Amino acid sequence: MHELSLSSAIVNTVVKHAHGRPVSVVSMRIGALRQVVPDTLDFYFGFVAEGTVCEGARLEQELLPARLRCAACTREWEIELPIFMCPNCGASGRVEVASGDEFEVESIEVEEVECIAPR
Amino acid sequence: MHRTKVKIVEEALDANNTIAQANRADFDRAGVRVVNFMGAPGAGKTALLERVVRDLPGLRVGVLEGDVQGSMDADRLASLHVPVTQLNTDPSFGGECHLDANMVRSALGDLPLDEIDLLVIENVGNLVCPAEFRVGEDARIMVSAVTEGEEKPLKYPLMFRACELVLVNKVDLLPHLDFDLDKFLYNLDAVHPGVERIAVSAKTGEGVEPWRDWLARVGQRVEVTA
Repeated sequence: MHELSLSSAIVNTVVKHAHGRPVSVVSMRIGALRQVVPDTLDFYFGFVAEGTVCEGARLEQELLPARLRCAACTREWEIELPIFMCPNCGASGRVEVASGDEFEVESIEVEEVECIAPR
Repeated sequence: MHRTKVKIVEEALDANNTIAQANRADFDRAGVRVVNFMGAPGAGKTALLERVVRDLPGLRVGVLEGDVQGSMDADRLASLHVPVTQLNTDPSFGGECHLDANMVRSALGDLPLDEIDLLVIENVGNLVCPAEFRVGEDARIMVSAVTEGEEKPLKYPLMFRACELVLVNKVDLLPHLDFDLDKFLYNLDAVHPGVERIAVSAKTGEGVEPWRDWLARVGQRVEVTA
């Protein structure tokens, strides 16, 4: 359900960088810990993009797995369930997110109008 | 016409975080500490506030009440003679299911910041979206009622990881439920190891004293461990 607000955040970020140019592709990097449902995000993005430079743009979502790191024993591992406990040494207070909490606009593709300079 | 790729690499919620920092700066200037109070609809957020807002010695408390519609919760708190400001997300903010930094910013002018020491922002009842939007708070508290089930931390890790205190409410109902408190706390520790938690009942008053003391420490500027 948070995909609607997240879509607005994407569009606002893109609008800021597009400087009025029409956007054809928006590339996102999304970590598994953000609990985003890709199809839902895609649906809302299309809806929120209407009437902005993002209208009609394709949303590309690179999904990144959740990886944790134990600061106590330096083990790094991937998780399916959100369990922040080290499988190696059992430490829990020193487990950090190595990757998986990203929600980044990585790049956009914009359409440039050719400059018609006098010869 | 040709296409150009523009590298951006920006967290999409950066804009919200920037406004949250501006809110925080305004609260700091006014000497007001702020709590973002979150939880599912019906978890007992308002009832838990009713229990403590008039009982914080030396602290003047104000409440910013976030709801999609209506002012039922605000009315309940106002009847305790606490300054309450209502912030509805419908229609001004498209009926959003959470408060974000910009909505709170829009309400700053209506808040009696000179007359309070502690502002409690009661967020819209929701276990997902409020976790992602900082509003300029010093501390985040969530309420999880035992009627919601033991597996909730595993289902809503964003929320359970985004807070410094978990209030486990409605423990007076435990004898009538299949809810296993130990199992809930085990799941909670798996998702957010060591997070502070208080078992509480807004109905019977059990656990209200440590809950009040925790809130008072935020208001008195005692550092909250994240």
